[in-house]
Amino acid sequence: MDDIPPYPPIDPTTFDLIVIGTGLPESIIAAAASTASKSVLHLDPNPFYGSHFSSLPLADLPSFLSTHSTSPSSPRPHSSEDSNEFSVLDLSTRPLYSSIDISCFSPDLLDQNSRKFNLDVAGPRVFFCADKSIELILNTGANQYMEFKSIDATFVGDNKGNLLNVPDSRAAIFKDKSMGLKEKNQLMRFFKLVQGHLAGELDVKISDEDLQSPFVDFLNKMGLPPKIKSFILYAIAMADYDQEDTGVCRDLLKTKDGIDQLALYNASIGRFQNASGALLYPIYGQGELSQAFCRRAAVKGCIYVLRMPVTALLVDKDSGCYKGVRLASGQDIFSQKLILDPTFKVTLPSGSSPPPPLQAKLPFFSQKDDRGKIARGICITATSLKPDMSNFLVVYPPRSLFPEQATSIRLLQIASNLAVCPPGMFVLYISALCDGDDQGKKLIHAVMNTLLTVPPINSESNAAVQSETTESGCAVQDETAESSSTGPSDPGEGKPTLLWSALYNQDLTLGQVDFICSTPMPDGKLNNDYLIDVAVKLFKKIYPEDEFFPQTSSENPEDDGDGDVSPET
Amino acid sequence: MHGRPRKAPKPEDEAASTAKAQKLRALQTQFFSFHHSKIYTKETVELSAKLLEINPESYTAWNYRKLAVEHYLSQPDCNPDTAKSVLDDELRVVESALRQNFKSYGAWHHRKWVLSKGHSSIDHELRLLDKFQKADFRNFHAWNYRRFVAELMNRSEKDELKYTEDMIYTNFSNYSAWHNRSVLLSALLEKKAEGFLSKENVLPEEYDFIHQAIFTDPDDQSGWFYHLWLLDQTVTTDHPLLVSTWPAHGSDVLLVEDRCQNSSSFSPFTTLLSDSGSFPIVLYFNQPVEGVSSSTVVMECRFNKNEDLLWEPLSVSNLQTAQVWVAHLKFPTSELDSSVKISVGYTKEIISTRGSLYSHPSTFSFKVHVQPVERDSSQVSVAENILWREENFKVYRAQSEESIPIASFDHLSIRNDHESTASNWQTEALAKEVECFRELLSLMDCKIGKLTLARLLMAYDAMSFPFANKLVHSEEVLELYNDLMKLDPTHHRYYKDEHSLVLLQKMTSSKESLLQHCFQYKDSVSSAIGKPICLRLNNLSLSRIRAFERLLWVQILDLSHNELESIEGLEAMQLLSRLSLGNNKLRSLTALEPLRKLKSLRVLDISYNQIGDHSIDTTRYLCSSPLSHSVGSELNNDESVINNVALINYWEAFYMFKDLNLNRLDIVGNTIADEKFKSVLVRIMPSLKRLDGELLD
Repeated sequence: MDDIPPYPPIDPTTFDLIVIGTGLPESIIAAAASTASKSVLHLDPNPFYGSHFSSLPLADLPSFLSTHSTSPSSPRPHSSEDSNEFSVLDLSTRPLYSSIDISCFSPDLLDQNSRKFNLDVAGPRVFFCADKSIELILNTGANQYMEFKSIDATFVGDNKGNLLNVPDSRAAIFKDKSMGLKEKNQLMRFFKLVQGHLAGELDVKISDEDLQSPFVDFLNKMGLPPKIKSFILYAIAMADYDQEDTGVCRDLLKTKDGIDQLALYNASIGRFQNASGALLYPIYGQGELSQAFCRRAAVKGCIYVLRMPVTALLVDKDSGCYKGVRLASGQDIFSQKLILDPTFKVTLPSGSSPPPPLQAKLPFFSQKDDRGKIARGICITATSLKPDMSNFLVVYPPRSLFPEQATSIRLLQIASNLAVCPPGMFVLYISALCDGDDQGKKLIHAVMNTLLTVPPINSESNAAVQSETTESGCAVQDETAESSSTGPSDPGEGKPTLLWSALYNQDLTLGQVDFICSTPMPDGKLNNDYLIDVAVKLFKKIYPEDEFFPQTSSENPEDDGDGDVSPET
Repeated sequence: MHGRPRKAPKPEDEAASTAKAQKLRALQTQFFSFHHSKIYTKETVELSAKLLEINPESYTAWNYRKLAVEHYLSQPDCNPDTAKSVLDDELRVVESALRQNFKSYGAWHHRKWVLSKGHSSIDHELRLLDKFQKADFRNFHAWNYRRFVAELMNRSEKDELKYTEDMIYTNFSNYSAWHNRSVLLSALLEKKAEGFLSKENVLPEEYDFIHQAIFTDPDDQSGWFYHLWLLDQTVTTDHPLLVSTWPAHGSDVLLVEDRCQNSSSFSPFTTLLSDSGSFPIVLYFNQPVEGVSSSTVVMECRFNKNEDLLWEPLSVSNLQTAQVWVAHLKFPTSELDSSVKISVGYTKEIISTRGSLYSHPSTFSFKVHVQPVERDSSQVSVAENILWREENFKVYRAQSEESIPIASFDHLSIRNDHESTASNWQTEALAKEVECFRELLSLMDCKIGKLTLARLLMAYDAMSFPFANKLVHSEEVLELYNDLMKLDPTHHRYYKDEHSLVLLQKMTSSKESLLQHCFQYKDSVSSAIGKPICLRLNNLSLSRIRAFERLLWVQILDLSHNELESIEGLEAMQLLSRLSLGNNKLRSLTALEPLRKLKSLRVLDISYNQIGDHSIDTTRYLCSSPLSHSVGSELNNDESVINNVALINYWEAFYMFKDLNLNRLDIVGNTIADEKFKSVLVRIMPSLKRLDGELLD
């Protein structure tokens, strides 16, 4: 960060709100605050929008990940000099990614095309046609900056490499070839029960007792066979943890929540006329979403400065209250409120003890989040996992790949028609919740070994392997290769060959609403609803008097937006 | 569009529609004046377009445009280019009319008319259809038009079949798509197109296909219709077959002229009492056929000439098509014992209404024995005297070696020989269906599932009947219909009818069960032997009757104390001489129409029905009216016979009873049967000796 070009000074120097980081929650808050007529300065140390939600060219992804995987270098001495009025608290970044493995098996091919890739850092991530993100996009008019395409299908995978179509609608159940007649009948009846319940039909009302019970118990009570249960729990309700093993399940889905998920899924199907399924993906990648809100904010007067790291916080010496930030350019900018992206941590001024008012607030900065991790993987291939399909989601329910698999693994294949890669290539995003690096690697490798041919890592070949944490990666890779070889083991036959992969684990820090508001990291969910909830909460916290994106016109935004958000044909 | 709730119009809507109506009326007046003076200028035609854009249902305007087009096309300076542009204009007008109302009959028809002129490109039509079928995927107008276009452009049936599949995959709740599929499959099967050589290959796959719909959503009815069509395709044989005859093959018939005593040792089942000196031969086919004549059916016997035999269709309508055909043979006078041989399908001219040829010639023969006539005038015929009282009947006990008509029917084996090969896959398909629907019912209670299972079981039994020789599942089917009557009261009457028919089939299916309903009239002065059997199907709460093919031998039938509203099909029982329909729910005289074909009927009891209860006869439309039809003219001709009575008020009675040769009629207990009516009856039927038990002068 020493090659920072000279910065022109920012004018004015006082704002209502400073937002640091252009990730999704920050961008939404910046847009909402601008809409509420606040003066907002939105900063990002990166030369691009989106921070941890961005979509990056192939060549830029490894450096971005590794930048955020190391502890900060020693604090710059000049920044910690207190002025007369303020204590200066150095800001540094904390490592968010660990165990990064970048493997390249086809350097030439990829080098030529590096800029044609838009790789989501926080993938796999999609929209449900009726979810909160889409509502927000329509309400705010952010849809004018984005285009979407429909995800063709959802599959459930097994350890033999089979992909079973998820019968998620009446038409899909009818068309399905893998289910028996009895199963079709049971599943459809269950859907009808849920629809009837949601529509408030009295004779099919699900009792409160059932609604409070675990969803899996309710499915058992309905007599649904294991296969269908698994479809509903993991591929429609998108449960993360093994719902049938309370030992490993950290998030046992209640019937009520399960039903809500089904309702969301159901409302998503057919919401837009030219979207065939429930899911959408933005053209040019998920990074577009943060950028769309930034544009929305800019239209309302928000000032954007990229490539501008923030080096320190300025706090009132007496009260310990936040006053402003010191930029890498040396300029001090002041504001009432501050929103910080989750990368930052505060280092205490060396040598001097902080003033007492500040001391009480320090636990916030030193607090270590222990929310577990999420393992992510990005793979590039030159053939689709399914010959006749480009964009689809695959879910591997818990225990489907190996007995100790405690969480769902999700894989999203996106093709070049969504402008995330050059023609003829496919990007696979894989993710799973995990406790530690080893476990995470094992989960991602299990999927890769099932679906892909991984060329041997040969020191004489061109394969360039960078491994940050060599103690885990390779060993686990071998182990899972063995465990998954129980399936039809003719590796290479028909399986797409891996051209490039990036595997990394990401910390799951959550947003903080405290002394300073900080936003959460990308979560482990498939869509952005949780992040939007947090953004709304943060906004309400800092501006309790203001409305979050007030309706500007009396028009029904849904009618208005239908044409705009619906995917390209 | 489907599934949209109706809303009451708001005041402003009503105002708008009033304004629209006013504008429309003005346009219309103008238009009619042009139309009547046959003015076809550019402006006037434009006016009709405007009219149609507002109201696509204005059929006159469409016709006016047709006339205008013809007018242009007949101009001397008309060349193919101008013709095309004239017709393209028409297509545009239709398109904008359809945009206004895509279910406008007139607009779709006009489009067909324009296209059949042959100047327009058809390619555009499929694109247009795609649009309309997307807007409403079961719009039957669009589907109809699609069939027209597909034929016009010679699109292959297979492509169209694939299209129905795609539409069904999009949403299987689509009557039109399933219907089109059945139409296309029928065509492909008939052509024996590649991959569609036989039903045996095609239907099982279709069954699999429809199961997906039925199991996914048993509440969706469109799939059930297709299943019903498949079932029909499975059970109906393409070719008509002879299923039953009277006299039965190999039987010995004793012919007894009425009013005579006899002490023959013949079975009462095959003893025929007749007062007309002739006896009927009845051919019962499995479906309506035409072309039965002395050239297609050849009779060999020594006492009648084949050419003299007049085959008549037994049908209440006047069509020359019927399921049952009858001819009358005169009693032999010289020979007391002689045999008759009849070959059906001698020449290949018997064809079904579907156009299939009767292609399995069969032959049956029987012997006739004539009882010499011994007149005894003091003896009052049983035929006049029968009283339908419980105590007058006793259960008939068959002699061990006696030939029972049921048994002889089984021997007839008309169908076995050529059916056995064909029915293998059919029985298999039905067995699979039965299993499938049992599974569905094990998953859920489902009305249409029960109904289908009942139909399947009956079809299965019928299919395997010649071999199994009994209806294995009839108890289960009756139980299903009982269930359905409780579950689905709205359709109670339909289930009741089906229940009755199954019950009848069950009772007539075996010798044992039939014998339980065979009685002998106790009062008979003469010995029981040789006196006909009375079949008593009373007190069974039957609402409909069937199974006549097994009852052709019956001469005395008691159907009293049932719930009959119709006696459709009874005309097949040509030997009937005494019939009780007392205490049923017959609502009109026209409901008795089948009786007009029963030339041997002498005693009829229709007492305690509901004839005349209802001032409006809902069945009347089935019957010819006195003003428009032959009945009226007969009335005029016979006016002299029955003067003084305003016969026009009793034309139904006249129509019904005029040709019946009844000796005894019981009609008491019907609203219609007042004194005046009875006096009319006496005049209409000079042969009547007793009316409601009273001896007439």
